[in-house]
Amino acid sequence: MSKENEQRITNNEQRFLKLSGLEPLIVTPETNFINVGERTNVAGSKKFLRLVKEEKFEEALAVAREQVENGAQIIDINMDDGLIDGKQAMVKFLNLVIAEPDISRVPIMIDSSKWEIIEAGLQVVQGKCVVNSISLKEGEEQFIHHAKLIKRYGAAVIVMAFDEVGQADNYDRRIEIAKRSYDVLVNKVNFAPEDIIFDLNIFPVATGMDEHKLNALDFIRATKWVRENLPHASVSGGVSNVSFSFRGNNPVREAMHSVFLYHAIKAGMNMGIVNPSMLEVYDDIPKDLLERVEDVILNRRDDATERLLDFAESVVEKTKESKIDLSWREEPLQDRITRALVKGIDQYIVEDVEEARVAADKPIEVIEGNLMTGMNVVGDLFGSGKMFLPQVVKSARVMKKAVAYLLPYIEEEKLLNPQVGDSDNAGKILMATVKGDVHDIGKNIVGVVLACNNYEIVDLGVMVPSEKIIAAAIEHNVDIIGLSGLITPSLDEMVHLAKEMDRKDFKIPLLIGGATTSKAHTAVKIDPQYKEAVVHVNDASRAVTVVGDLLQKETSKGYKKSIKDDYDVFREKFLNRSSSKTYKPISAARRNKFKIDWKTSEIVKPNKLGIQVIEDLDLDLLVPYIDWTPFFRSWELHGKYPAILTDEVVGEQATDLFADAQEMLSKIISEKKLKAKGIFGLFPANSINDDDIYVTLSAVEGRDNEQYTFRTLRQQLERREGVADYALADFIAPKETGKQDYIGCFCVSTGFGTAELAAQYEKDLDDYNSIMVKALADRLAEAFAEYLHKEVRTEHWGYASNEDLSNEDLIKESYKGIRPAPGYPACPDHLEKLTIWEILKVKETIGVELTDSLAMWPAASVSGYYFGNPEARYFGLGKIKEDQVKDFAERKDMSFEEAEKWLAPNIVEAP
Amino acid sequence: MKDIKEILKERILILDGAMGTMLQRYKFTEEDFRGERFKDWEHPLQGNNDLLSLTQPEAIAEIHRKYFAAGADIVETNTFSGTTIAMADYYMEDLVYELNYESARIAKMVADEFTAKEPNKPRFVAGSIGPTNKTASMSPDVNDPGYRAVSFDELRIAYKQQVEALLDGGSDILLVETIFDTLNAKAALFAIEEVKEERNIDVPIMVSGTITDASGRTLSGQTAEAFLISISHIPILSVGFNCALGANQLVPHLEVLSTKSEHAVSAHPNAGLPNAFGEYDETPDQMAEQIKEYAEKGLVNIVGGCCGTTPEHITAIAEVVAKYEPRKLTVVG
Repeated sequence: MSKENEQRITNNEQRFLKLSGLEPLIVTPETNFINVGERTNVAGSKKFLRLVKEEKFEEALAVAREQVENGAQIIDINMDDGLIDGKQAMVKFLNLVIAEPDISRVPIMIDSSKWEIIEAGLQVVQGKCVVNSISLKEGEEQFIHHAKLIKRYGAAVIVMAFDEVGQADNYDRRIEIAKRSYDVLVNKVNFAPEDIIFDLNIFPVATGMDEHKLNALDFIRATKWVRENLPHASVSGGVSNVSFSFRGNNPVREAMHSVFLYHAIKAGMNMGIVNPSMLEVYDDIPKDLLERVEDVILNRRDDATERLLDFAESVVEKTKESKIDLSWREEPLQDRITRALVKGIDQYIVEDVEEARVAADKPIEVIEGNLMTGMNVVGDLFGSGKMFLPQVVKSARVMKKAVAYLLPYIEEEKLLNPQVGDSDNAGKILMATVKGDVHDIGKNIVGVVLACNNYEIVDLGVMVPSEKIIAAAIEHNVDIIGLSGLITPSLDEMVHLAKEMDRKDFKIPLLIGGATTSKAHTAVKIDPQYKEAVVHVNDASRAVTVVGDLLQKETSKGYKKSIKDDYDVFREKFLNRSSSKTYKPISAARRNKFKIDWKTSEIVKPNKLGIQVIEDLDLDLLVPYIDWTPFFRSWELHGKYPAILTDEVVGEQATDLFADAQEMLSKIISEKKLKAKGIFGLFPANSINDDDIYVTLSAVEGRDNEQYTFRTLRQQLERREGVADYALADFIAPKETGKQDYIGCFCVSTGFGTAELAAQYEKDLDDYNSIMVKALADRLAEAFAEYLHKEVRTEHWGYASNEDLSNEDLIKESYKGIRPAPGYPACPDHLEKLTIWEILKVKETIGVELTDSLAMWPAASVSGYYFGNPEARYFGLGKIKEDQVKDFAERKDMSFEEAEKWLAPNIVEAP
Repeated sequence: MKDIKEILKERILILDGAMGTMLQRYKFTEEDFRGERFKDWEHPLQGNNDLLSLTQPEAIAEIHRKYFAAGADIVETNTFSGTTIAMADYYMEDLVYELNYESARIAKMVADEFTAKEPNKPRFVAGSIGPTNKTASMSPDVNDPGYRAVSFDELRIAYKQQVEALLDGGSDILLVETIFDTLNAKAALFAIEEVKEERNIDVPIMVSGTITDASGRTLSGQTAEAFLISISHIPILSVGFNCALGANQLVPHLEVLSTKSEHAVSAHPNAGLPNAFGEYDETPDQMAEQIKEYAEKGLVNIVGGCCGTTPEHITAIAEVVAKYEPRKLTVVG
C-alpha cells in the first residue's frame, strides 16, 4: 500500500479544497458556504456582455472589482457569446484582472463550454483556479483527457451531472453520474478528490408540471449522498434557477432561495452562485410564506405549487397569470381586449370585438378606440423591453383577426356614408426586399411590428425591381420606403434605389435593413446618394421609434438633420479608419500563401467520385442537426441555446417560442409540408496559378470531357509576420506537385413548400406562424448542409470515417475539412455559385434557381464547396485591393467594371 | 543507492551554496568565457556563467567538489539560465540542450566520485531550473497591464527542452527555483509532467519560490500559502524558499510552509541582505547561527545557501543542523 493511501486511511485528517488567487481560499466545514460571483459572465450579465463587446475593459474590470468588494469569494468569468472571440476575450480580460491585486486576490473560476477557452484561461492564471465545467457528456475518453490536463495546469474542477445519455434530472441519475465521474477522476486520472466539485443541476420547482415537483428535493438528497459517499468532494450550483417560475415576484423568489439554500447547505452544498441581493434572511421570512415555500421545495404536499401560487398573488399586487384562470373574462370590455392583445390570446377576440362594435356608433371606432388602446399598451411594453418580439407578433395576429372581422362592417358603413373614407393611419410605409434577393423574415417582422403601431404597410414582397418600388411609392403615396436584403449584391441594389429616389426628387425617408446591411455601408454608400433622410435600422424595436421620429411633425425635421449629421461624422471617421490599414500587392500575398506540406499531407481519394442526387430526404433525419441559436436570433431573442431557455430576461419567451417551434416542426415533418432535396459531387482537382482550382468531370458519365475552374480570392491585409495570406485554393494540392487532389461542391434545399405553407398562414392573418415556417425552413436547410457534410466526410469521401462528433461539436465546427459557401467570409463573391450550378446542373436536377443577384430560390437553400484537407480552415477574406480585382476580372474573362460590381463590398476604399 | 525520500526521514539534507559567488573567485575574462570554441562568437559572452560548463568544465567540477567536501548531499547543476528564453541574451538558444546536458554530466561525475568513496552517504545532483528573465503573469510595460512578454506555451516548450537535457545528463532531482512568478513555475512543472509521462519515469521535484521583500509576497503578488497551494497539484519532494532574503527574514514564511505543507520543506537563503556595495557579507558562523533556529523549531528538511554563500558557509550549516532531527513529515491540515 502506498504511503499516501496509508495516510488517507489511518489519518482522521480531512482533505480540504484549497484554491488561490494572490491569497489562499480554503474550503473547510467552517467556511460554510463559498459565494461565487457571476456578474463577470457574458451569459448572465447583459451589462458585462456589452462592455466586453465594446472592448470597454476598464469598466468590465470595475464589475469584477465591485463583486469582490461585495464579498464574492471566487469570481466566475465567462466569455461564451457568439459575437465575441471568446478565447481572445478570456485571455485579455484575465491578464487585466491579474494586474489588479484587489481583484486577483480571490481565485478565478474559468467558465466556458469550449475547452480551448478554458485551456487558454488556465495558461494565464498563476493561482489555483476552478474550471467550470467538464462532464461525461462527450464520453469518458474526452472527460479523462480534459481532467488530466486540468490537473496538470493545477486547477480544481466543476463536474456537471451530465453524461452521454443526458443531463441528470432525478435523484438516481444524479448520484449515478456523480459516482461514475468521481471514480473515473480519482482512480483513472489520480485527481485529488478534494479538487472535485459537483454541480448537481438545480432546476425550477413549482412550474405546474408534475415531473418538476422533486427538482429541489432530489438535488438536496443527491447533495447529501455525494457528501457522504464521495469523500472530500464539494457540491455547487446556480441557485436562482430554482425559483425560475416566479420570475417577476422577487419576495417569493428571495424566500425560495433562502429556503433552498438552508436545506441544501444542511445537506452539504458548500459553494454556489447566488446573487446576494436576491436572498432573504431565512428567519425573516413570514411564517405563512415560509411554510408554503418549504412545502414546494421539499415537496411536502400534493397541492404545494397551487398553494404557493395563490399565496404569491397576495405577496405582490400584480395578479399572476394562470393558464386555466379565466377570471379576466369577467373584466370590463376594454380590459379584456387589451389583455387579449398583450397576451396574444385570439380565442375570444371576435366575440369581444362584436360586443364593442354593437356598442360603438361606427365600426371604425372599434379599431381607432378599443383596439388601438390595446395596441398602444403593447407598443409601450415592447418599447420598454417588457415584451419580446414573438409576443408582439402574436399580438399582431390577434389584431389582424379583429380587423378582418370588422372590415365588412366598415365597407358597409362606407357605402352608407361615403365621406368616411380614409382610414386615419399614423402613416403609410412601403416595404420590399430588393431585386435579386429572396429573404424576407426580417422584413416581415418589422412590417408586423410597425402595423401594430398603427402604420399601414404596403408590402411588395421579395425580388422587387427598383422601378416597381418607385412606381408603388408614388401610387400609394407612402410616407417612408423600407428596403431589406440579406445577400451582398442587395447592397448595390439599395444604392441604386437611393440614386433613383434622388433623381425622381423624392422627399420621403428611406429605411435600410437586413442581415448584410450595416450602419457603415448605409453611411458611406447609400446616404450620400440621396439628399433626404436615409436611416439604417436593424431591429424591429428600433424601427418603431425611428419611424415615429421621422413622421411626427414635431420631431421630423430635427431628427432628419441629426441623422444626416451623424452619418456625415460616421462616414468621415470610417474613411479615416479604413485608410490606416495597409494592404499588400496580390503578388506579395501569393508569395505568402498558406503552405501545406504536400509531400507529407495525406490526400484521401473519395470512395465515390461523381455526382449524386438526394431526391426526398426524410426531414426527421435533420432534426438532431438543427442549430437553434440562430433561430432565436431571427426572433431577436439573443442568447445561446439551450441556456436561452432559462435566461433571466428572455427565458420565458424563448421557452414559449421554442414550444411553438417544436409544434410547427412536428407538423411539418408528419404532414410532409416541406421537401428536402440535395445534390453534391466529388471531383478530381488541382490548384493552378496559385488561386484557381481546376476541376475535371472525368468521373461523371457522359461529361468526362468537361473541365471547370473555380476562382478563389486571396487575403491582402498587411498583418504581422508569420501569418499566411489565405485563399481557398491553398487547401488543394497544386498541379505541379504531381499529386491528384479532390474537391466537392453541393446544394441542398428544404425550401420547397415553404412559400405555399407560409401563404396559407398569411391568408389566415397569422404572420406569427408564417414567419415561423420560414425561420424553421432556414434552420432545416442549414441542418441539411451539416448532415450532408457529415455523410460526405464519413461515407462518400470517407476521409473521416471514424469521426464521432456531437451536434455541439458540429456547431463549433470541430470537424476535419470545411464547407465554405459563396457569399460568406472565405469566399464573399457569389459568382462561383454559377460554376457550381453548371457543374452539378443544380437547377435542372433539383430545381433550386439563382436570381439576378445570385440568391438561391427557394430561400431556404445552402450551397458551397467541400475541402477535405485536415489543414483546411475557415477564414475571412477581408478587403482586397484593386490589383486583385483586375486580376480576377482577367481570370474570369469579364470586364473590370463587372468584377468591381460583384466584389464591391470587399474592395478597399480608395483613399 | 538509497532513496532520497528515505534519507529525508532520517536527517536534514544539505544543499550546496552559490555557484556565481564561487565563479567570481576565478576572475574569468571574456576570453576565458569564450574558450577556443566560441572565440569568434559575434556577441559578448562574459557573464554567461552557464556557458562555463562547456568552456571551463574543470572549474565547474572543482566547485561541485568543494561543496560535496564541505558536507553537501545535493549540488545544483550550473544551469540557472539554461533555457532558450534566457540564453537569447547571448544568441545561444541552439546550445541549450548541450549546456544542460554537459552541466548535469559534470555534476553527476563529481557526485559519483563522492558516493563511491562514501557509499553510506550517497550524493545527489539537482538539475537547476531558473525562472528565465521573463514573467508570464506580469506586464513589463506599466502603461499596458494586459501585455505579456512571454506565454505559457513558450515557457513550457523551453522548460521541456531543459528538463530533457538535465535528465539525459544524469540529474537525480529537478529543482524549480527562484520562482518570482508562479505561472512560470507552473509552466516548468507542466513540462516536467509531460516528460515524466512520455518517458514513463518518476523523478523527485523540488520547488523553491522567492519572497522578494518585506511585503512577504512573491514578485507576482502571492502570499507564501497562496504560492504553496498553486504548486501543490503534482507530487513534489519539497517546497521552500530561496534567494532575496537572508536566513532570519525567511523564518515567518518557512513557518507557513512548515505548518501547511505535506511535502518536505527546503530553504536556501542568501548570506544576509546585500550591503551598500551589493556584496553579501554574512559570515559562515553568523548564517549558521540563524539556520540553527530553523532546526530548533523543526521547520526544515533541506537547507543550503544562495547568493553570497560559499563552501565555508555550507560546512558551518552542515555542522549545526547535524545535531537536530528533521522536520516531521506528517500531514497537516
